[in-house]
Amino acid sequence: MGRPRETSTPVERMDGHELAETSPHHPMDRLLRRDRLPHIWCAGCGLGTALNCFLNALVQSNVNPDKVAVVSGIGCTGRVAGYVAMDSFHTTHGRAIPFATGLKLANPKLKVVVFSGDGDLIAIGGNHFIHAARRNMDLTVICVNNFIYGMTGGQLAPTTPTEARTSTSPTGNRDHPFNLAYLAAASGAAYVARWTTLHVRRLQRSMCEALLKPGFSFVEVISPCPTLYGRWNKQRSGLEQMQYYKDQSLIEHGADPRQADIALGGQIVVGKFVDLDKKSYLELQETSK
Amino acid sequence: MNKGALQGEYFISGDEACAEAAISAGCRFFAGYPITPATEIAERMAERMPDIGGAYIQMEDELASMNAVLGAAWGGAKAMTATSGPGFSLMMENLGLGIMTETPCVVVDVQRGGPSTGLPTLVGQGDMMQARWGTHGPYEIIALCPSSPQEFFDLTIEAFNLSEKYRTPVLLMADEAVGHMTERVTIPPVESLKLYPRRKPTVPPEQYRPFEGEANGVPAMACAGEGYHLHVTGLTHDERGYPATATPDAQARLIHRLIAKICDNRADIIRTEGNWLEDAEVIVVAYGISARIALWPIEMARAEGIKVGWLKLVTVWPFAEDSIRELASSVKAFVVPEINYGQIALEVERCAAGKARTILVPHAGGDVHEPHVILDAIREAVAQRK
Repeated sequence: MGRPRETSTPVERMDGHELAETSPHHPMDRLLRRDRLPHIWCAGCGLGTALNCFLNALVQSNVNPDKVAVVSGIGCTGRVAGYVAMDSFHTTHGRAIPFATGLKLANPKLKVVVFSGDGDLIAIGGNHFIHAARRNMDLTVICVNNFIYGMTGGQLAPTTPTEARTSTSPTGNRDHPFNLAYLAAASGAAYVARWTTLHVRRLQRSMCEALLKPGFSFVEVISPCPTLYGRWNKQRSGLEQMQYYKDQSLIEHGADPRQADIALGGQIVVGKFVDLDKKSYLELQETSK
Repeated sequence: MNKGALQGEYFISGDEACAEAAISAGCRFFAGYPITPATEIAERMAERMPDIGGAYIQMEDELASMNAVLGAAWGGAKAMTATSGPGFSLMMENLGLGIMTETPCVVVDVQRGGPSTGLPTLVGQGDMMQARWGTHGPYEIIALCPSSPQEFFDLTIEAFNLSEKYRTPVLLMADEAVGHMTERVTIPPVESLKLYPRRKPTVPPEQYRPFEGEANGVPAMACAGEGYHLHVTGLTHDERGYPATATPDAQARLIHRLIAKICDNRADIIRTEGNWLEDAEVIVVAYGISARIALWPIEMARAEGIKVGWLKLVTVWPFAEDSIRELASSVKAFVVPEINYGQIALEVERCAAGKARTILVPHAGGDVHEPHVILDAIREAVAQRK
């Protein structure tokens, strides 16, 4: 089973040069359930990067991990809850947000983070998403958006760009997709940011800000899925998808999320879009007492 | 209104009695969605929770309500939701999550006429089998049926106790008649109530196995924020809570324990009430409002000299199999009036196993049975040969 190597091992590069010795430990091991590794994610997937950024953001934010609960739904991203060495809940499809809401209200001292995918949070769980944002519920929601259903083998998602191919839109998607940043902002989120997994430092910083923000904070992580989305859409490797993010991303803090649609082959506007001072759900309960 | 639990005599509805009982039992979280005829429970909780340090939240639907209740339980609260048929249907998916993750909570279904939107303001008892089999997969469930506002109070306390004792969701299968009926309800001093506390692990986190059954098959429960670094999943899991989906082994162990922790403790869980059973030739088996309605035709039949008994199912699930089996060998027939087209009657018939007839007295819903309809069934039961 995937026990970390006990001794350092030189890693041979494909070009024959030897890299520096690698450590048998990951710097974030103390926040990971090492007995559950290796993880199930494919090579080239962005989920490892997203999780790494999250754990670094957690350290950076000085939030006590014993008081953090990670709640996921179903899907590839839904497996995040299973790998973090914190109180973690892997709920039913789409229902991470209401579960997290109950958890937070029963114990407001907890920092409750919802970590799930676009299909889970926005399709089957879409109603919960908009209502939690409307309430400005004290949750941090991290949505890894890979534009496709990965766990079930590459079907159409509510984020799949028009014309993009999936196993259930084999001739090209004839639906309009959701713009998640706009949806979150329009629904009332206090904090909305979007980055790709290429923008690791910026992503980590936004996650840190989101963790410290009272109310509903939302971070969208545009993430490669070379195994499924890439294969259907002529970006067969993670590297190709990352190159695409590099070429097509436009950093624009404060951009109007209405203008941040993501089209097939189009520009990806990233940045921090919303950072409002508004009473969170819990703050509103306090003032009404 | 008083802070904390009430005490004394009150003239309140069944729904209100249920809410007050939840508060007496220590419930400090309620999530719900308005639905007739259960709305009064939510309204009472919305009024009472802020004063007593609890949380009330009106969710966007019953899917959300059920999940919020599960989340709150893992946050350390005793938690409840209340609904009726359409909402109960929406709760089924995550009732399963509650069973699989062994999450104590109470779900109230104040039944109305169905299917679908049916009769929002009128009585039904059509969700009894949904309570038993509504979520997917093999499972056992505990469900209680009150026949009066006082019993709605008492069984709500009992439901919380059973949910903590067996670490499982418990259903309160009330009906519109009992929910909306207003009667005298005695609320005992909260100190006099026997309340079953959440059983916490006594071992350090590295030794704690949140899904390993102890003596009675039930694991101790740590909650979020207590340093145990729980992992809780709706996937089939091992004793640590880790997913174990590659082989059927963990599934066999887990499902066997989840079922056995209810079935092996049936004697502790199941409660019935009986009267005139000793000499009975025919027994009316009923629950909820129908158990009360049945008393009148039983008295009329006994006045006619018919030896008829009364068995009220307080616990409907797990089913009182042993009682029915035993009685089946001494009576000619069971008469089962229920406000549906035969649900609990099927269980009675199964357990009677041909030793006694089962006569269903169906009702489509919208009203309780006319007493003479039940009386006719009693007469028919004794008129015919065994």
